[in-house]
Amino acid sequence: MSAAQWRRAMNSGAGRYALRTATPAAAAPLPAVEAPRVGPAISAALGKIRLRHVIVLAAVIVYPLVVSPFFTFQIGGQSLALGLIALSLTFLGGYGGMVSLAQMSVAGLAGYMVAILGTSIDPISLHWPWWLAVAFAILIATGFATFVGWLSVRTEGIYTIMITLAIGVAFYYLTLQNYSLFAGHRGFNQVNAPDVLGVNLRDPLPFYYLSLACALGGYFFVQYIIRAPFGIALQGVRDNPRRMRALGFHVTAHRVAAYSVAGVLASVGGVLMIWYNNQISPESTGLGRMIDILVIAVLGGMRHPIGAFAGAIVFVLVQNFAIDLIARERFNLVIGCVFLAIVLFSPDGLLGLWAQLRARLAAFGAQAKFRSGG
Amino acid sequence: MRSRAFQLWAWLIVIGGPIAVFVVWALVDNARQFVSTFLNGVTLAALYFLVASGFTLVFGLMRNVNLAHGSLYLLGAYVGWEVGDATDMWLLAVAAGFLTAALVGFLLQVFVFRFMQGQDLRQTMVTIGLSIVLADLMLWQWGGVIYQFDPPRAIYGSLPMPIIRGYPTYRIVVFLGAVAIGLLLWWFLNRTRVGMMIRAGVDDRAMLAASGVNVQRVFALTFAIGAGMAGFAGVVGGTALSISPGEDTRYLLASLVVVIVGGMGSITGAAVGALLIGLAEQFGLAYAPTYGIVFTFVVMALVLAFRPRGILGKPA
Amino acid sequence: MRLKTPVLRTLMGTAALVALCAGTAQAEDTIKIGVLATLEGPFAAGGQDSMRGADLALKLHNGMAGGKKIEFIKGSSDASPDKAVNATRKLVEQDKVDIMIGPLSGDEGIAVKNYSKTQPNITFINGSSGAQATTLVDPSPNFFRFHTEGAQWMVGLGEHALSKGYKKVFLVAEDYGFPYSQVQGFMAGYCKAGGHVVKKAWVPLGTKDYSSVISTIPGDVDALVVVLGGADAVNFLTQYEQVGGDKPMVGGTITVDQTVLNFKGKRRESLLGTPSAGPMADSIDTPEWKKFVSDYKANFKDGFPSPSLFAFLYYLSTEATLEGLDAVKGDLSGGQKAYREALQKLVLHGPAGDIKIDENRNGIGDTYITEVVKKPDGEFYNQVVKVTHNVTETLGLSKEEFTKMGLGSREVPSCP
Repeated sequence: MSAAQWRRAMNSGAGRYALRTATPAAAAPLPAVEAPRVGPAISAALGKIRLRHVIVLAAVIVYPLVVSPFFTFQIGGQSLALGLIALSLTFLGGYGGMVSLAQMSVAGLAGYMVAILGTSIDPISLHWPWWLAVAFAILIATGFATFVGWLSVRTEGIYTIMITLAIGVAFYYLTLQNYSLFAGHRGFNQVNAPDVLGVNLRDPLPFYYLSLACALGGYFFVQYIIRAPFGIALQGVRDNPRRMRALGFHVTAHRVAAYSVAGVLASVGGVLMIWYNNQISPESTGLGRMIDILVIAVLGGMRHPIGAFAGAIVFVLVQNFAIDLIARERFNLVIGCVFLAIVLFSPDGLLGLWAQLRARLAAFGAQAKFRSGG
Repeated sequence: MRSRAFQLWAWLIVIGGPIAVFVVWALVDNARQFVSTFLNGVTLAALYFLVASGFTLVFGLMRNVNLAHGSLYLLGAYVGWEVGDATDMWLLAVAAGFLTAALVGFLLQVFVFRFMQGQDLRQTMVTIGLSIVLADLMLWQWGGVIYQFDPPRAIYGSLPMPIIRGYPTYRIVVFLGAVAIGLLLWWFLNRTRVGMMIRAGVDDRAMLAASGVNVQRVFALTFAIGAGMAGFAGVVGGTALSISPGEDTRYLLASLVVVIVGGMGSITGAAVGALLIGLAEQFGLAYAPTYGIVFTFVVMALVLAFRPRGILGKPA
Repeated sequence: MRLKTPVLRTLMGTAALVALCAGTAQAEDTIKIGVLATLEGPFAAGGQDSMRGADLALKLHNGMAGGKKIEFIKGSSDASPDKAVNATRKLVEQDKVDIMIGPLSGDEGIAVKNYSKTQPNITFINGSSGAQATTLVDPSPNFFRFHTEGAQWMVGLGEHALSKGYKKVFLVAEDYGFPYSQVQGFMAGYCKAGGHVVKKAWVPLGTKDYSSVISTIPGDVDALVVVLGGADAVNFLTQYEQVGGDKPMVGGTITVDQTVLNFKGKRRESLLGTPSAGPMADSIDTPEWKKFVSDYKANFKDGFPSPSLFAFLYYLSTEATLEGLDAVKGDLSGGQKAYREALQKLVLHGPAGDIKIDENRNGIGDTYITEVVKKPDGEFYNQVVKVTHNVTETLGLSKEEFTKMGLGSREVPSCP
């Protein structure tokens, strides 16, 4: 290895950016080469459940029963769906070291496929049964994500942002200009969520619980996979691809596979978003929305999957209520400044602030205990 | 040995063949349109080169993907417009655009990016945040109105040409200007001391520091030049195509695609990439207007598929 | 489900209020109206002016209608349909407005119309969105548009162009919904009267570089039909002239506005005589229009020199809302049934002519055809040359002909 390459490996930001130390909830990582057996893995997982997990879980389940339908649907449902898309970015960026701005495009493609294969008011729609349309939408969008991954990962980590940005914008223009498949500028309207067992999935309560189920599923799936051999190997690839290659791991394949996994998460989020909006248009996947997902992920913090949802909740709240507090016209300025402040001063986002707060409280508590004669 | 030469010829035939067929067909079909489009492509490439050269310079040396590059373009354009409007001198506007953007770039490097050396991802995030903030500030200050420049009549008329009736003088001026600047940049990078330091830094940053050069000063200068190029291109491009709030993302994307195709960190790569993308875009828009815009991205995807580092990209 | 809660809450709130302090009880006598416009992004200037139009209408009614106080709650979007629906949903479900005015742009209008179907007890009045599909495709019984739409704005211009001798034209327009409607409005009359649109050049949204389009203009057309926004039109004209082009132009509704005519004092002689059409014109010579302009100028020192299209349309929409409330004396009970019937019967005497609504609740009104003329002091302006009254959504064709043609798109209508 040349001196230049060694220094490049040291200078590369990806490893330094994503936090290496595990959060308290992660406990001891499993050994990289052994496959975890299911039984001990489950009991190990159960043993890590803390009181705060129970509280949060109870809160999100009880939430819609105590707030108005508006809050359930527009705030709660939207946060969970956006959070799921941001989770795919957190997984790729935090654990894979590849920040992909094309996640919203993947989600958008899934939404478009639901509209094209399923029902809408546009004559293009094929009116397949909803479960078939959804299944194919997720499949096609994941395929697209894999393709994006394959294009993006064969170069250095930092290129990924540029390439995925360009791909995302290309997708936007494709949906804008194409009228035979993507209905161009007018998009698809009245993409109605299905009726399942007599319950319309777009009513506030059912939609919220559906999004919650998907969000929890995505969250636990990510938690599982970052401890599985694949996830550990992925983090290894993030930290030092050269060493992983020397160990015999196929670095490019791991990265592309990570894109596929993230693609599944983003596709599910995309299906939820199209049911939420009842329509889809090129703006839904445009540059603004792509950056929004990045803002959400960074806002919450990329060190832990819960960050994506924390960021989404804050983002949706600000978006909806900023007009009541400050001039709505300057919403972008506010979000931009917050984003900038976080990247400059607390790169781990809200989770980082929370961790710092807890550390300070713990230190304060320990000091108080010490002084009181412990 | 044999395989490399063979590969090169194979590529030339596979890509060059269809292009040659197309050129012959287009010339026979409508020579006026073909010549016109070709000139449009080359002159647009000149503008893209001006914007992308700054971007690739900053990345090549400092590994900083400056996604606020488009915002610097627009900022230079707006400030240049204000100066041009106040003084009625277009050349002064051009200078003002260059200097404003260069100053902002310099300040950014010295007060923000210097403390994040090595954290590529974080630097990029900062540039994204900056672009959001700058875009909204500019929208606040200058509104959604479209601004037009007022260049001297001498360069803004129409040049008579063979085959086509006339061609905008300004576009020819931009092309000549870009060639001049390209040569200037080449001379600066290859024949001056500072340029030598920059090239050395692109190859091996740590070794440059080890040999006693004040690396931070070189970085600041490079960022200033890169940003200044963006502001300069802002005034030049704005004169041809007017300035409005969406232009920052448009030129950022153009820079990205040009640099991805041409290769990061290489000025020659920026020139080659700009030529390819400019021609692809104009021919796409003229002969297949619906998908003309997507065409450039297809070119980019093809280059990525077969040469991930770009046509002239360096492995380091 | 939604009906019970606000009525119950209002009753309980009022009872508590009365119990606590006799007297004020303002809550009952206020009607909340949500006003949605594009206040973010590049269209913000238009959105601001639309708010001015709405505020002007309310001011001229002294803040009251139907005997009750009117409270505006403002919402903002960025011209994208999903944000428009989010903002509308917040106004309707969270801020509990009784009537919605908005949105501003075409695609937002379709999305808000779809949302209005889920809120049958709220009346939605369009702001300025001009997409044909909003009222022609699957209309909503509680969505009203008190102005004409993009296609209606061009009715009569086709015949006028033919009368100027433009038998073959080349079309340049942006590739999305609003220009499609404008082009259909122009071509419905133009094609029927024997004109030929030789080629249509649809440029992608946001294009500033028209050089490739200009290079495809055939040499044997009589005029160019340019449906671009004002400043894009400046770009197009400049680039066209620099390539040696010299054909006359026919403009769309937003093409030949003040920015184009008097750009930096350099007037383009080539623009003299350019016809265009729209629902209003700066130079309308009626006392109602002059009063509207002077009211606008007096109330908004920070506004434009003359009210823009958005201010005008939002003014019309708000005016209709308030006059409807006057007609039913503020009675919004019974799912607002009486109110909607009053709206259906309303004849709005607007600054630029009378507006009625048809069975799809779309506006029927006047279209003004203008030409560019030089004033004695050398300034250019748009002079009204013809007014077409009672322009309906079928654009001067019979219902069968129009249904056969379908809505405007890239290929429809077509007469090469």
